[in-house]
Amino acid sequence: MALTETPMQREAAKTIFEKSKPGRRAAALPASEVPERPLSELIPANLLRSEPPQLPEIAEPEIVRHYNRLSRRNFDLDSGFYPLGSCTMKHNPRLNERVAALPGHARLHPAQDPRRAQGALELMWLLQESLSEICGLPHVSLQPSAGSHGELAGLLLTRAYHADRGEARTKVLAPDTSHGTNPASVTMAGFEVVKVATNDRGGVEMDDLRAKLEENQGDVACLMLTNPNTLGVFDENIAEIAALIHGAGGTLYYDGANLNAVMGQSRPGDMGFDIVHVNLHKSFSQPHGGGGPGAGPIAVSDRIEPYLPRPQVVRREASGDGGPSFDLDFDRPKSIGRLRGFQGNFGVFVRSYAYILSLGGDGLAEASETAVLNANYLKARLAEGRAGERLPIAFERHCMHEFVLSGKPMKRQLGIATLDLAKRLLDFGFHPPTVYFPLLVEEALMVEPTETETKESLDAFAEAIEQIIAEAEADPEVAKSAPYTTPVRRLDEVRATRRPVVRQPLA
Amino acid sequence: MTRYTSATPDDRREMLDAIGVSSAAELFEQIPEALRLGRPLALPEGMPEAEVFERLAALAARNADAEAEVCFLGAGMYDHYVPAIVDAITQRSEFLTPYTPYQPEISQGGLQVMFEFQTAMSELTGLPVSNAGLYEGPSSVASAGYLAMGATGRRRFVVSRGLHPHSRETLVTYAAGFGAEVVEVGLDGGLTDAAALAAAVDGETAAVFLQSPNFLGAVEDVEALGAGAKEQGALLVVACDPMTLGVLRPPGEQGADIALGEGQPLGNRLDFGGPSFGFFCATEEQIRRMPGRIAGETEDVDGRRGFVLALQTREQHIRREKATNNICTAQALNALAAMVHLAWLGRQGFRELGELLVQRTAYARKRLAGVEGVELLHEAPVAREFALRLQAPVAAVLDRCAERGIAAGYPLGRDYPEFEDGLLVAITERRTKAQIDDLAEALGAAVAAEREGVAV
Repeated sequence: MALTETPMQREAAKTIFEKSKPGRRAAALPASEVPERPLSELIPANLLRSEPPQLPEIAEPEIVRHYNRLSRRNFDLDSGFYPLGSCTMKHNPRLNERVAALPGHARLHPAQDPRRAQGALELMWLLQESLSEICGLPHVSLQPSAGSHGELAGLLLTRAYHADRGEARTKVLAPDTSHGTNPASVTMAGFEVVKVATNDRGGVEMDDLRAKLEENQGDVACLMLTNPNTLGVFDENIAEIAALIHGAGGTLYYDGANLNAVMGQSRPGDMGFDIVHVNLHKSFSQPHGGGGPGAGPIAVSDRIEPYLPRPQVVRREASGDGGPSFDLDFDRPKSIGRLRGFQGNFGVFVRSYAYILSLGGDGLAEASETAVLNANYLKARLAEGRAGERLPIAFERHCMHEFVLSGKPMKRQLGIATLDLAKRLLDFGFHPPTVYFPLLVEEALMVEPTETETKESLDAFAEAIEQIIAEAEADPEVAKSAPYTTPVRRLDEVRATRRPVVRQPLA
Repeated sequence: MTRYTSATPDDRREMLDAIGVSSAAELFEQIPEALRLGRPLALPEGMPEAEVFERLAALAARNADAEAEVCFLGAGMYDHYVPAIVDAITQRSEFLTPYTPYQPEISQGGLQVMFEFQTAMSELTGLPVSNAGLYEGPSSVASAGYLAMGATGRRRFVVSRGLHPHSRETLVTYAAGFGAEVVEVGLDGGLTDAAALAAAVDGETAAVFLQSPNFLGAVEDVEALGAGAKEQGALLVVACDPMTLGVLRPPGEQGADIALGEGQPLGNRLDFGGPSFGFFCATEEQIRRMPGRIAGETEDVDGRRGFVLALQTREQHIRREKATNNICTAQALNALAAMVHLAWLGRQGFRELGELLVQRTAYARKRLAGVEGVELLHEAPVAREFALRLQAPVAAVLDRCAERGIAAGYPLGRDYPEFEDGLLVAITERRTKAQIDDLAEALGAAVAAEREGVAV
């Protein structure tokens, strides 16, 4: 394939440290205005720094230019279709950025006296109430900072719940299709993972679940589940699963990464779950920021409530003249304690509450319905033609908000792996789906279009896949060496792990 | 109501036909009927954008923020000036809206920012390895505990009472899960009690946790305090305030194995406590046990310089139950804000800002300690925050100052029963000499009024 370097490829990557020149600067600082004394009179010399850290020396116009140029080396949701499975890349409304930036939110100190932060506490309380209704569980803590932090919280709650009943259970069950954070959180919370198999419809294998409960009788603390699961299908046996786990004395944990499929349609609390985490940066439109910030509030049942993290936002009914007031409640003797500093990622709460207000209960239900419609439509499109033959669906049934394809026939017949297809999609201007997850499906490709995509985008994506497969049938080398048009081409990831260079060496 | 969807009735019809169902409801039939909600959510109807704005603006108006009051609150988060370019750059779609950089070829911008951020934090702390950021300060402390347990095989943490109370509490919460004991060492004259610390550290100690400046604002002699940890083979974990590292000796030069802390002062707004980020730096020896994302430099197939997520074999999506931490989504955008702020301050500006904080803090400390009914809680050296004792009830004094539009500081009694009369005052470059003088006057008047029993 004849290729010309693109302008961006021609531009060698230079860090801001490499653009530094002694004597340049951006910031002008205010004068101290106070009588100054030598530093060494104020702080002992052995506690003072001898040389300032080697931060870049660079003027403001070049800082702006540097980061603008870097930004163009990113693909982002505002530039195109981003069907990354399990990540719910839906539109990030700019209204939410505007309200989060209001000084009353953005410049509010976290240690402000609650009496002078009533608006913030009321907003948190309102968000708690909304999430409680959406999840079908009566109590909410907004404290966890992300989904995996919510998982850790849920497992620590489970530990506290059992301990309070005089039990020290050690096992946590999780399906082999679970997100990687699930087993990692289990270990961090001091439990041991027991894997449960998946049946031929993509749900929990009930015989295996019964066997694992039998083998670990009296020792199962919790079952962690995603429903719809990572294969994008709803586990129809959920009521029976809940009964089995509750019968065995365990708690049932809901990984809310896939909540976007069921808002206003079905509620984890009604399915029998005791603890749910919600990814505000997925279903509730907080921008992903290239890897955060997010927030992972948890909703819990009555029996788990006493152990919720401290502090809790509470509403106190009116005493005397005024209306109700809001406060931080630290007096929670059975609480697992704090999970982080202050009250949580408040800026994320503002954005997600704005999103909930914008859509309303009806709009949330419609969003989930459209997400499921879009996913099933794209699945149907990809079942046609070449894609249907080379990239079959892993579990043949209606999906919820996402679905998983297997690149196994494509690899065997054409010699191109799922990774090659993903890399070639970059040349077509699409972010690839999640690849090689769930582990259960060989050469997996996990597709989540979300409700905010148009039919035209879904069609264009299906056509690109068709074209890439057709191209591979003629010449597999094209995909194998892709991408060609991105700022850099395939990178040596092994080297970055074998001989890691994780900072710029400075003279 | 607001909708962010595009499907028209015609679109829906065509899509349903392609799927082969007659309605979207049919797709939800895989959910057993008893588990379908079957009613609308009990939430208000959706609203137009303008009304949502008004509703949230009304809530915001009920908060006394640092624009409405002169803010001397600190305790881990500070009212620094965030330069305009931080907003301009972090609000760009290309930084605001991508996911974690799992496809490095189209994520070079974000990955290079991580690499630059790691370089900057490594420079600040004097340690060779930095990750790309964690949630915030206190949970970073807890993650250091988990790392130390893995590195030493020991399950006992010795913690200075000068460590932020939220960090101590979070460490205890996490330790209850992974099974470790937390032993606290008290303060003496505002500083960690050296003799008590030496006595508490033994051959079973996994890590010693210090903070400098500590919660009372005092600059600790980390090297001297940490010697015992080194002798016993425990890791020395030092929490620090990044804004002081232009003037204070970095933890890496004082024997720290891990330096971490709350990143908010760098380029992040107060946001009532978050989102901000935690930074986490360590010695080379710990690189394969680090929590969180780390960007590394490499080359593409044509030899171009590029960046990728390095050492992913530590992480949950590869290692699952054997991962060194469970962290996934963290705070990439907040780390970008920090990097832009640091570039804007630059080598000289960063140092000057640190000096400015020390000079204004010294002035404020002297000025406030001269107020009748106010004295220093300790006389240890400080950098940007200091503790006072009031000869009047702190809560009542704070209320009186608030009426004059001043948030006078943090009541230490919230976390330290032994300092029920304590007030922690923080200084940033935004707090002018005139504001400090106003605080002195307001504090003096409030203490006097309380002592004389004057009604509010």
